[in-house]
Amino acid sequence: MAPTPGRPSEARVARGERARLLVRTPSVLIGAAVVGFWIVCALFGEWIAPHDPVFDNTFPFSEPPTRDHPFGTDTNGRDVFSRVIVGSRDVLLVAPAATLLGTVLGTALGLVTGYFRGAVDDILSRIVDAVLALPLIVIAVLIVTAVDSRSTWVVTVIIGVVFTPLIARTVRAAVLTEAQLDYIEAARLRGEGSMYVMLKEVLPNVMPPIIVEFTVRLGYAIFAVATLTFLGFGIQPPSPDWAAQINEYWNLIDPYWWMVAFPALAIASLVVCVNLVADGIREVYE
Amino acid sequence: MTAAPTTTALSVRDLDVVYRVRGHDRQVLRGVTLEIAPGESYGLVGESGCGKSTAALAIVQYLPPNGRVTGGAITVAGQDVVGMRGRSLRRYRAGTVSMVYQNPGAALNPALRIGRQVVEAFTIRGVPRGEAAARARDALALVQIADPGSVLERYPHQLSGGMQQRVVIAMALAKNPELLILDEPTTGLDATVEAEVLDLVAGLQRELHTTVLFISHNLGVIAKMCSRVGVLYAGRLVEEGPVETVLEDPRHPYTVGLLRCIPRGGVRKDHGRLDTIPGSPPSLGDEISGCVFTARCALADDRCRVEEPPLIAVGAAHESRCWYHERAPDLPRAEAVDVALPAVDRSGDPLVECEDLGKIFQQRGHEVHALSGVSAAVWPGETLGLVGESGSGKTTFARLLLGIVPPTTGAVQLDGRELAPRYRKRSREDIRALQIVFQNPDSALNRRHGVRRILLRSLRKLAGVSGAEAERRLADLASRVRITERTLTQKPVQLSGGLKQRVAIARAFAGDPRLVVCDEPTSALDVSVQAAILNLLVELQAEKRVAYLFISHDLGVVRYISDRIAVLYLGRLQELGPAEVVFEGPHHPYTEALLSAVPTIDGGGRERIKLEGEIPSAASPPSGCVFHTRCPRKLGPICELEEPPLVEAEPAHFMRCHIPIDELRRLQSKEPQETPA
Repeated sequence: MAPTPGRPSEARVARGERARLLVRTPSVLIGAAVVGFWIVCALFGEWIAPHDPVFDNTFPFSEPPTRDHPFGTDTNGRDVFSRVIVGSRDVLLVAPAATLLGTVLGTALGLVTGYFRGAVDDILSRIVDAVLALPLIVIAVLIVTAVDSRSTWVVTVIIGVVFTPLIARTVRAAVLTEAQLDYIEAARLRGEGSMYVMLKEVLPNVMPPIIVEFTVRLGYAIFAVATLTFLGFGIQPPSPDWAAQINEYWNLIDPYWWMVAFPALAIASLVVCVNLVADGIREVYE
Repeated sequence: MTAAPTTTALSVRDLDVVYRVRGHDRQVLRGVTLEIAPGESYGLVGESGCGKSTAALAIVQYLPPNGRVTGGAITVAGQDVVGMRGRSLRRYRAGTVSMVYQNPGAALNPALRIGRQVVEAFTIRGVPRGEAAARARDALALVQIADPGSVLERYPHQLSGGMQQRVVIAMALAKNPELLILDEPTTGLDATVEAEVLDLVAGLQRELHTTVLFISHNLGVIAKMCSRVGVLYAGRLVEEGPVETVLEDPRHPYTVGLLRCIPRGGVRKDHGRLDTIPGSPPSLGDEISGCVFTARCALADDRCRVEEPPLIAVGAAHESRCWYHERAPDLPRAEAVDVALPAVDRSGDPLVECEDLGKIFQQRGHEVHALSGVSAAVWPGETLGLVGESGSGKTTFARLLLGIVPPTTGAVQLDGRELAPRYRKRSREDIRALQIVFQNPDSALNRRHGVRRILLRSLRKLAGVSGAEAERRLADLASRVRITERTLTQKPVQLSGGLKQRVAIARAFAGDPRLVVCDEPTSALDVSVQAAILNLLVELQAEKRVAYLFISHDLGVVRYISDRIAVLYLGRLQELGPAEVVFEGPHHPYTEALLSAVPTIDGGGRERIKLEGEIPSAASPPSGCVFHTRCPRKLGPICELEEPPLVEAEPAHFMRCHIPIDELRRLQSKEPQETPA
């Protein structure tokens, strides 16, 4: 059934209102612009970068920033500017994938624990509390060491799994609030199964906190991927990943500061700007 | 202070208030003018959205950030209030005006002890701390709190709603205000508690000569509390006058309609349909030309559409904003009276029956007897009204019938067959036979689902139809509950409260239920909408022979719709009988107290029977008769030791009391025998 023409549905009005509010916030605009820039770089980096980031090593070694190489060159004679431009690719693949994994798993867990309560909820909630007590990086390093693999896939899964309880906790709280509303009882009283009630009745109503949680977690995920990569796990050279570059050159920071500073600034800009967008989204939804 | 000699405590002149929404100013109050003399009690009534609370907020200069006064003046005790800010505003709020809100739980800080909060009410006016503590104690004694010392030591959540509201009133009176504003102060409270709080406020007002602005949607409360009343509609004062005059001889079509919507004076569903006010009030900020009520008025003509009537004097101090005020009392009915209700046939087998139904909840190691030994039956096409204060087990009873919670003792029977204790185990046939309409349609309808989706899903699950057949049934269902094709395409947020409740009713009726639990289905609605919903329920009953279990705290509503009434107290059935008999008496002492607590529009009424103390905890119910701790007619030790059985005191009238029915009849006939609303 098509909605009555001329009068948009309330949900669409609310959506439009939210979008307008987002666009009106300057910090969100700046954040979105920078994040958008890095996404474009990740997609079309080869075309934007003046030189090949990996194989074009014909330049003078370790040259400080010049007109030809605004970010200087590294010890292998590669253009740092080109490497920074292309360096967002891996982290922008791994971090969202990890966050998405964590969000999906966390949402499932939060729905189940919040909907069924009881012993399952008690046990899972204690585990969640225990995980929350440890810093993310510590857990990640522990697991990476334990499984003894450094592939990006492993890092993706680990970050996703570590995020799961965090997101589950938020979703569970939202589900608990929903569970007190009578429409849940009404659905059960017409003979709906638990799956239907959870997915069709409750889930659409807890989407706003899930979206907020996703964007907030994304910032953390980028930072976590960068940290793990810096520590030598995750994304490996010769990828021009920012954190991988820092890992490679941090002991040369004096006097070759440009090899570390520009990738580091790039990471900072991405994390900060993702958070600016996340804050804006949270504000609009709350 | 610039206190000039004045004869009014509050004077509001041509007050205009707008709210700015999405960049547009929307007018909420339109030139409201009213005056309250010192010591007078003035009532402001109207349905939700008419601007009652906005008026109060404007008077205390506490409008939300998007609201502002665009015209007119407010003077309280000689002080010009509009535009007041900074220190003078602080001084005004601290010393001149007090406000009591609807929800006392939200008015008290949950993290601070009562004592600290009450003391602060004094110290803010410069009373020394040492003296303030003593004054706080006196203030609580003044609002009839029996043990002020211990209450001062407690936190708000440790007090009942009635006690919280007393504390708030004590704080409001601490500064001996020139004007006390009470905004729906008893709306969330039980009838017996409400009666006590109202008695208290009335007593204090007499004693202290406080000027009171009393805001309420409940005309009965206004009748009891106020000497003059103003009726607000769409931000306009449409009628004003002495309470008795306005309520007995209303001269504005809106007031007339409002009074007709309310089931009162013992009117019952077989006497005819309730009248309603057609249409709905204008939305916030609608441009209105002429009289604000034109769109819904049966008397309106071209003059009303063009020319707005002034307040016209229609009697002694009685004004109405209507060109045709002399015809207003004869306003044509919006609803035909006719109703054909087949009589309930109780010779056959009951539809739903329960024997010794009980429920014990485990709460932190305590056993809470939410319901004990309830035996009752409902016949096809019958309405069983269920009344009692909160905590009496009404909702638990309904949930046991529906199988939302399993009973601890007893079982529910449908057509003589025992039903599974939980709905999960019940067949689709059984599930569709018992349905529910919840109190709050906002909570009962999934806000992400469209009306059409909600109803189609119910048809599919309850009636087992889909495709073209479902579409046909949907159209039929929609026309039965009077929702339009357009409503079907909308989401719940886009609908008014009444429409939402219609959707909820349609959902319950999707599978042709045999008994529908109505859990306070109209308590969240305005009276004009309530009347339409009650009419709809009665219509559906006449058509489908459906039975209702009707839960409500509004005794007028229960009396209107019920064939028989069950009275619960602390999870025990105290009285069960035909509606007329239960209301006319002789009644159980508890029923008697409940009835006497209801403020009536018709004034007078019976003498209030005060109930001592609060409902005992269901975790440790009193021995013997559970009501003995509060019973005004307690006989003696027998009541404390022995629980009276539920006996058929007269044909079809069951009662649980040691006092013989003839004795009750004698005792109760001594008092003026007036029927409540």
